[in-house]
Amino acid sequence: MSEPALLFEHIGKSFSGVPVLADVTLAVGRGRVLGLVGQNGAGKSTLMNILGGIITPDTGAMSLDGQAYAPRDPREAAKRGVAFIHQELNLFSNLSIAENIFISDMPRRPGGLVDRPALHRRTAALLRDVDLDLGPETLVEHLSPGERQLVEVTKALRLNAGIIIFDEPTTSLAARETARLFQLIGRLKAAGRTVIYISHILADVMSLADDIAVLRDGRLVGSGPAHEFEVGRLINFMLGRDIEQLYPPHLSSTRDHVLLEARGISLKGVVKDIDFSLRQGEIVGLFGLMGSGRTELARLLFGLDRFHQGELRLGGETVSRITPRQAIGARMAFITENRREEGLMMNVSISENIALAALPSVARRPGFIDGSRLLAITSEFAEALRIKSGLIERQPVKSLSGGNQQKVVIAKWLMADPAILLLDEPTRGIDVAAKFEIYSVVQKLTAGGCGILFISSEIEEVMAMSDRILVMSRGEIVGEFARADFGKEHILRMAFREQERAA
Amino acid sequence: MTRARLTELLLRNMTLLIFLAIFLYFGIQSPRFLGLDSIANIVKQASFIGIIAVGMTFVLLTAGIDLSVGSNMYLSAMSAGYLLQNPAFHNGWGVAAAIVVGLVTGALFGAINAFCIVVLGITPFLVTLATLVAGRGLGTAITESFGIEFPAPYLAFGASSLFGIPMPILVFAAVVLAAHVVLSRTQFGRQIYAVGNDPEAARKAGLAVDRIVFSVYVISGLCAATGGVTLIALIGRLNQTFGVGKEFDVITAAVLGGTSLFGGVGQAFGAVAGSTLVQMVQSGMVFVGVNLYLQPMVLAAIIFLAVMVDAVRSARFARLRRRMLRPD
Repeated sequence: MSEPALLFEHIGKSFSGVPVLADVTLAVGRGRVLGLVGQNGAGKSTLMNILGGIITPDTGAMSLDGQAYAPRDPREAAKRGVAFIHQELNLFSNLSIAENIFISDMPRRPGGLVDRPALHRRTAALLRDVDLDLGPETLVEHLSPGERQLVEVTKALRLNAGIIIFDEPTTSLAARETARLFQLIGRLKAAGRTVIYISHILADVMSLADDIAVLRDGRLVGSGPAHEFEVGRLINFMLGRDIEQLYPPHLSSTRDHVLLEARGISLKGVVKDIDFSLRQGEIVGLFGLMGSGRTELARLLFGLDRFHQGELRLGGETVSRITPRQAIGARMAFITENRREEGLMMNVSISENIALAALPSVARRPGFIDGSRLLAITSEFAEALRIKSGLIERQPVKSLSGGNQQKVVIAKWLMADPAILLLDEPTRGIDVAAKFEIYSVVQKLTAGGCGILFISSEIEEVMAMSDRILVMSRGEIVGEFARADFGKEHILRMAFREQERAA
Repeated sequence: MTRARLTELLLRNMTLLIFLAIFLYFGIQSPRFLGLDSIANIVKQASFIGIIAVGMTFVLLTAGIDLSVGSNMYLSAMSAGYLLQNPAFHNGWGVAAAIVVGLVTGALFGAINAFCIVVLGITPFLVTLATLVAGRGLGTAITESFGIEFPAPYLAFGASSLFGIPMPILVFAAVVLAAHVVLSRTQFGRQIYAVGNDPEAARKAGLAVDRIVFSVYVISGLCAATGGVTLIALIGRLNQTFGVGKEFDVITAAVLGGTSLFGGVGQAFGAVAGSTLVQMVQSGMVFVGVNLYLQPMVLAAIIFLAVMVDAVRSARFARLRRRMLRPD
C-alpha cells in the first residue's frame, strides 16, 4: 500500500485541563473523501485546527505523504498544501475576489506594485475552474453565501492544496449551491486531491465520502470505508448508544387563546399579505426554501424591520408598527439564525451569557445581581441543554464548540421565559443528541403555554414538531396544513412549485 | 428607480456636497474668500493636519487609533531643533539632517506605540493616550519648557516653493500620493484593509498581522513627524504648546474624509478632503467674522452633520443591499 496522503498518530490535546482529543490515529488516502462525523464537542474541529496549524497538539505527530508535518501556524500549513475552509468563511468583504484569493501572494511588477492585469487574469482562470461567473474585481460583500463558499474553494485550488478541509460547508447554502459544491468536490477528488468533509448532515456525508471516521468524546470510535456504515449505525457510533427516536413524541398543548395575529402584513419586495395566528401552547412550523422570506417575516414580527402594510395583534392590542422593545415587552423572544454573531458575548462566561436576557430575575434586591443564585439558575439551564463545558461561571463562550455555543444562546432566551418564541433554524449545525434536547425543551415550553413559531428548512423536523405548518414561497404564505394533513411530498411540492413558477 | 439612484448618488458624495455648500456660503458672505490667495492659504494651513491625517488613516484602517500624534509632532520638531542649535548645521545639509533626525524621532515614537500594542498587547487607545501624556511630559522635561528658536536656513526651507507651489503643499501632495499608491497598489496596502476588515480571518489566511499593525503605527509616527518638522519651519519657534490638541483635528479630518473608525474603510485622498474641509470652515469663520467663542461650536456642528450623514448613509445602503425576494 502506498503512503497515506495524511496520517495522524496518537494525537492528543487538552484545553484548560479538559481533554478534547485523546490518542487519535487515522490515515487518509490520496484522492479520497473522508467524512468526519461526531457530536458537538467530539473534537472534530480541534483535530482539524491541529491539521490546519491553528493549534498545536499536546501529544502525537502528523505526516503528509510520509513526511513529518508539524505546522506552527496556518501559513506553514498552507505552504505544505493544507487548505482549511471554515464554517464561518474567512473572506474580507471590503476587498475584491481577486485580492481575497491572492491576499498573501499577489503578482507584482518589478517595482513592487501589484500587477493588476495579471492578478485579474489569473483569478478569472481560477473562477472558471469552479464555474463562478463573476468578475475578479467584484467586491466580496456583494456575493451570496454560496458564491463566497466557492471563492474559498478557489483559494484552496490556487494554493494547489493537496488536502482540503470543509467544515460544515453547506449550512448557509441554498439547495442549488449545495449541489454545485458537491460536483466540485467530485472534481477535486478526481484530480487526486484529498478532501476532509465535516458535516452533521449525515446523508450528505454518506453520499460524498469514500471513508468515514467517527469521533466521540475526543476519541476515534470508528473508521472505515463508507459502504460499511449506514446512517443508523453512524448515529450509534456517534452517540455510543442506540437512539430510539430522533424526535420526542408529539404532544399538542394548543389552547384557544390567540397570542399573536398577523393581518395582511406586507413589505415591498419582501413579504406580501401575511395572515396567520399563533395560539397559546401552539407550535406553528414555518417551512420554505432559502429565500422564501421566512427569516424576513420573523424580523418583521419582532420589529427589527418595519412593515409597510398590515397590522399585528399582540397581547390584546392592535398595532401597525412594532419595535423590538415592544416585542420584548410582550414577552416575545427571537432566536436568530446567526446566533454566534448576534447572540453571544464571546469573551464572557457561559453563565453570564445565559443570564443576560433575564438579569432582573436573578437580582436579590433590584439592581444587584445575586451571584450564587445566578450560578444556580444558569447551571440548571446548562444541564437541561447538556452544554458540555468546564466551570460555566469561568469558561468563556468562545472556548465552546459551535453546537454548544448555540445551546448557550437558546438557554439565554429560554431563561427569559418567553410567551412567544420565534425560533429560526434552531437546530442548524448541531448534532442529533443536542437536537433532541432542544426539541424536548421546546415541547416543555409549549406545555407551559408558550407559543412558538418554528422556522426550519428540515422538513422532517418541522413535521415532527409542529401542530400546524405554514408553507412560504416568494414572500407569501402559499399553504397551510393541519397536523392531520401533514404529508412530506405535499408540503415540499408546494414549497417548490411556487418557486418554479417564479423562475 | 432613477429617484433611488439619485438619492444614492447624493449620499455617496455627501462630504463633497457639504464641502461645496460651505465653500459657496463663505464665498457669498465674503467674496475675498474665493480668491486664489485665500484658497492657497487654506490648502497650506490644511496640509499639516492632512499629512498627519494620512498616517492616521493607516491606523484607522486597522481599526486602531493614534492619540499621540500631537506629542509626536512636538518631540520630532524638538529633536530637529536641538540639532539646529549647532551652527555647523546652519546650511542646506544641516537642514536636511535636522529633518531626518525629526523623522527618525517620529518613527521611533510610533515604534514605541507599536511595541506596546503588538508585543505587550495593550489597547491602542490606552497606549497612545499614555504616550500622548508621556511624550509631552518628556519634551517639557528636556526643554524645561523653554522655547527653541530655529535658524534662518530652516525658515528659508519653510518659505521655499517650487513652481510657485509652497513647500507644505508639496510635502502634503507627496505624502498623499505615496500613501495612495501604498494603500491601493501594493500587497501590503491591501493587507492593511484585510486586517481592518477581520483580523482573525487575516491571521487564519496567514497574513503577518502583527507586522502589519506594527507598521501602521510607525507610519503614523512618521507622518506626525513630517507634519511637525514642516509646520515648525513656518513658525520658527517651538513652544511648549506646539501640537497640543492636534489629535482631535487629525482624527476629525480622517473621519470627515470617509475613513471608518471601525477599520477596513478609507482612502488616502479622504485625508485631503477632510483636512481641507476642517481648515476651510476655520478660515471661513474668520473671514465672515463669526464670534471667536462660537467658532468651535460651528466646527463641532459640521462634524456632527458629516458623521450623522455617514450613519444615515450606511443604514440606507444596508437597506438597499437587502435581498429582494419578490418583484413588487
